[in-house]
Amino acid sequence: MSVQPLADFADVSPDQEPAGRKVAARLSGASVKFGRFTALENISLEIGEGEFWTILGPSGCGKSTMLRLVSDLVPAAEGDVTILDKSTEAARLAREFAFVFQDATLLPWRSALKNVELPLEMGRKRGLQIPVSDRSPQELLELVGLKGREDALPHELSGGMRQRVAIARALVCKPKLLLMDEPFGALDEMTRDRLNLQLRDIWQETGVTILFVTHSIPEAVFLGQKVLMLRANPGRVKDVIDIDLPSHREIALRETPDFNRYCGRLRQLLEEC
Amino acid sequence: MSLTQISSDVDDDKPGLAEQARLRAGHIAIPLGTAVALLLIWQIGVRLFEVPPYIAPAPTDVLAVFANDYPLLLRNFWPTLIESLSGFAVGNLAAILIAVAFVHSRTVEKAFFPIAVFINTIPILAIAPILVLIFGAGMTAKVVIAALICFFPTLVNMVRGLQSVSPQTLELARILSASKSEIFWKIRLPSSLPFLFSALKIAATTCVIGAIVGEWIGADVGLGALIIDSTFNFRSPLLYATVFVSSGLSVLLFTAVSVAERLVVRW
Repeated sequence: MSVQPLADFADVSPDQEPAGRKVAARLSGASVKFGRFTALENISLEIGEGEFWTILGPSGCGKSTMLRLVSDLVPAAEGDVTILDKSTEAARLAREFAFVFQDATLLPWRSALKNVELPLEMGRKRGLQIPVSDRSPQELLELVGLKGREDALPHELSGGMRQRVAIARALVCKPKLLLMDEPFGALDEMTRDRLNLQLRDIWQETGVTILFVTHSIPEAVFLGQKVLMLRANPGRVKDVIDIDLPSHREIALRETPDFNRYCGRLRQLLEEC
Repeated sequence: MSLTQISSDVDDDKPGLAEQARLRAGHIAIPLGTAVALLLIWQIGVRLFEVPPYIAPAPTDVLAVFANDYPLLLRNFWPTLIESLSGFAVGNLAAILIAVAFVHSRTVEKAFFPIAVFINTIPILAIAPILVLIFGAGMTAKVVIAALICFFPTLVNMVRGLQSVSPQTLELARILSASKSEIFWKIRLPSSLPFLFSALKIAATTCVIGAIVGEWIGADVGLGALIIDSTFNFRSPLLYATVFVSSGLSVLLFTAVSVAERLVVRW
């Protein structure tokens, strides 16, 4: 079933994009298969550099698989995926992207600071040229609001703090593309709100491109410039919705009619999936 | 106002601390008191029913052995300690290395794991004479027996420990393009340490059993030899004292491993 785009929800397709826009990630007809099961089918997207995309969809629609496809964790069965015009493998070796998992995935025996430094220690044996952020690991911890907790072990930090360490770790190699797989899904509402604001700040400060999977509609609208809606069985692109809200966002934005209109529209789309 | 508040805070704290101290004292006093009471019952029972010392010596008889025969006990303590420690080191080191090989190669695991299980199913008492025949009456046989008894629990735990890395952590390592050796040294090995220490705690007590069993079969020194000797000579107080020393050795090794664990595994 096709969706009629509302006047102010412009449907994005590559050829409508203004010339000169740099593409951070390009998927052309990409499919992912696990045995006979098709997880993603014929996905074509262009994600511009510096954009913030959120990905929504019913469970099992392949949201996480899409991030895994982009991050070279699963191969494309058909089609092609490039990151900054490189293959995903070349982009991985050049540390063009970083991944933030739902679980912070910190090494429990390493302090917060040592966890942030982990990416700098890995891959050395292969002689990789590892890019380093202009900010030191300490400064990155400061950026995510963990100044003074450098020496804390993960079990001494709250869930929200651990996730912030994971974000600092993701930024340490100065990625062009940040892939986030429901990073705040397991956190309480208050912590989630705070981290949403913080993530918007980090995005605006660093200019990194973000692909953010969530299953919270308000979170998708609050964070994203564009919302990618996937549908299930097989996973396909249902729609891409531009979120035309002010670039400086505060929690109060959620009470505005515009915000709720976007949420309503997305909820309706989700029901059609 | 603030002064009275402070003083009342201090007053509030004092009973709290006293309470804590009492609780802590209770943790020591209750088991200690129970042990003393049991020893008293034993003492009174032996005296009351006039049990001959060679059947069951009174605690005071055993204490007398500690006072008078401690050079003898000490002379036999050292060989058993050395055998236990050597067996502990050899058995656990072998188990750790083989566990690493298993985790790196499924083929090696398939080839050797059934054999490891088979060796583990042979009762240590049945295999000990064979080892004494092979290695002779010296220390080597005891070390091998102690090593053998430590080996299996550590192997199983270490394999589990090395495999305990979450799939997500491995995905992280892949995204960071980590090499196999980086994954091993920076992720797998540290992940396995809590499992390894559980196994080492088991080994700390079983290695003593292994050494003593080895000494039963053919030795003229060591706590195991002293146990056999005092049994056949009806020197029951000495036998009991030797048993206490043996268990003390196990406690000593167990405590050492626990302390090491607390220093190493801080997470």
